[in-house]
Amino acid sequence: MQEVIKAYVIKEYVEDDTELTNDSPLISGGIVDSFSMVSLKRFLENKYNISIPDDKATPEAFDSVNKICALVKEYVK
Amino acid sequence: MSNIGSYNERVKNFDWKIAEQELDYKPGDILNIGWYCSDRICQMGKAEKPALIWEGSTGNEKQYTYNDLRLNSNTIGQFLRDLGIQPEDRVCLFMDKIPELYIGFLGILKMGGIAQPLFSAFGDESLFVRLDNAQTTAIITQKKHAPKVRKILDKMPYLKHLIIVDADPAKPLLDREVSFNMENAAKVEHFEIHPTYAESPSVLHYTSGTTGQPKGVKHVHYSLISQYLTSKWVLDLLDTDIYWCTADPGWVTGTSYGIIGAFSNGVTQCVLDAGFSADNWYRFIEKRKISMWYSAPTAIRSLMKAGDEVIKKYDLSSLRHLASVGEPLNSEAVIWSEKVFGKPFLDTYWQTETGSMMITNFPGMKIKPGSMGKPFPGIIATVIDAETYEPFTETGKIGLIAIKPGWPAMMRTYWRNEETYKKKFQNGWYLPGDRSSIDNEGYFWFVGRDDDVINTGGHLVSPFEVESALLEHPAVAESAVVAKPDFVNMEVVKAFVTLKPGFTGSKDLDLDIMNFVRKKLSPLAMPQEIEFIENLPKTRSGKIMRRILHAKEWGEEIGDTSTLEND
Repeated sequence: MQEVIKAYVIKEYVEDDTELTNDSPLISGGIVDSFSMVSLKRFLENKYNISIPDDKATPEAFDSVNKICALVKEYVK
Repeated sequence: MSNIGSYNERVKNFDWKIAEQELDYKPGDILNIGWYCSDRICQMGKAEKPALIWEGSTGNEKQYTYNDLRLNSNTIGQFLRDLGIQPEDRVCLFMDKIPELYIGFLGILKMGGIAQPLFSAFGDESLFVRLDNAQTTAIITQKKHAPKVRKILDKMPYLKHLIIVDADPAKPLLDREVSFNMENAAKVEHFEIHPTYAESPSVLHYTSGTTGQPKGVKHVHYSLISQYLTSKWVLDLLDTDIYWCTADPGWVTGTSYGIIGAFSNGVTQCVLDAGFSADNWYRFIEKRKISMWYSAPTAIRSLMKAGDEVIKKYDLSSLRHLASVGEPLNSEAVIWSEKVFGKPFLDTYWQTETGSMMITNFPGMKIKPGSMGKPFPGIIATVIDAETYEPFTETGKIGLIAIKPGWPAMMRTYWRNEETYKKKFQNGWYLPGDRSSIDNEGYFWFVGRDDDVINTGGHLVSPFEVESALLEHPAVAESAVVAKPDFVNMEVVKAFVTLKPGFTGSKDLDLDIMNFVRKKLSPLAMPQEIEFIENLPKTRSGKIMRRILHAKEWGEEIGDTSTLEND
């Protein structure tokens, strides 16, 4: 899951050759902004066939690939 | 006692000469914002005072005194001049909130250029239309954003220089590219500042309208007069303040109050170049001991959403004064800030075209939560009838906000679009395009826009631009874009889309279209919701009736549908 999400983030949101680790700060690091979080959330919901409640989709919960994985796992059956 | 003292007394005795005298400016003198924001402060004996304290997303930090600001802006000004850039050439700043953005702005003004700041999250299409309209000569950017410029470079023969502030020495520069490293550059102690005057152009900010391409709002150096005084009286900037304006200088707040107002008043300002998180913002306030905080309703509502518990982890007692800008500040947010910070956020109303604050709440004034406040002294504002353009004689009626032209920071024109500029005036009034009412105590109450422009997180998005981008997606046949209500951003973009034969609406297509618009225009222009429909509502002449879709989103009456095609 980490690799899939990381690959998607790199493809969609990283503009240059910045290296991304699973702990790189995505939101606080300015890689994904609050508006773009909506499309990242939509990707996760489509990919894993889940629904993430809006109040759980916080900047903190989306701040790294590892944190996103932890969030997604809460909703994957 | 606040800087403004008694609002009523100030209104009674107001003259813009107050600011001119405080700035030692006399009509006809040379007036250069770059000098006023750096050299002048040094001459006042504050050369070693911290001017800019910058913190990046990894916690790295840089500090610049007013003398550093002076030297570095001289150096950038000299570098641009040596490249052959001429006074009044447009020089675009396309960067994150890094020190080079703030100091580069002053350097451009010092050499007589016109600073054209653009939001670094803009996609290549948004970037191109703005550079093309301005016929920009040079763009200053970071290596991370350079690929977006390279993508459109062939279409811009007028763009002579792509200046990269953090170029990798190991990588060769490409066509028209030049490296400039501010930290390593030899500092220019003596720089001949270009003799600009009150009406010399200074800044070109782009803003969106309902139709047509974005408009370049042209400001002049005289804007300093009202930007300085509103910063002093409304933001109540004191010499001892540690000021934080959260706006990005890609937008007008970030230049009028994140650069000009702050530095011309000689305060210490902090910048956090990192994405939003409640924890990080409160930590920043605590660490930097922020005393004056100028932010936006979207950020305030995001903080509200994060809850009150997180606030208790931090010492925010340094906060002395709070203000907000970008969109109407709802009463709940004002009441919440009083509860958790012990002081209200004061709403300020103005826009790119006005250049400085127009209607605001003032320190010491009775605050009515949800109200825009009252006109700044010297600003004659009222509400007029949308049909006759005459001011209402009774209070409480909803009409168009109207302002008597003539304040210093008023835009001088729309770049290469004088016709649209003229349409902003009716019956001797400047019309910002917003509706409000005035109560019996003279307080203004915001009602909404008078057009279809979407105000999302304090930024205006043109439905036309988004619709045009949508039509370039291979699956989209027709599109209509409206505002959708949103708790945090007030409004977000919603798109109604009909598909070409062979395409079917799906979750994956929905995401693909969202990302398509995000990359082409910007994240804030990306539809947060896409609805696939069979047919768009149209008039019998084929015009899409956005108002029907808007009414549906807002739960409003649809109104007259007599011209609807399939009615």
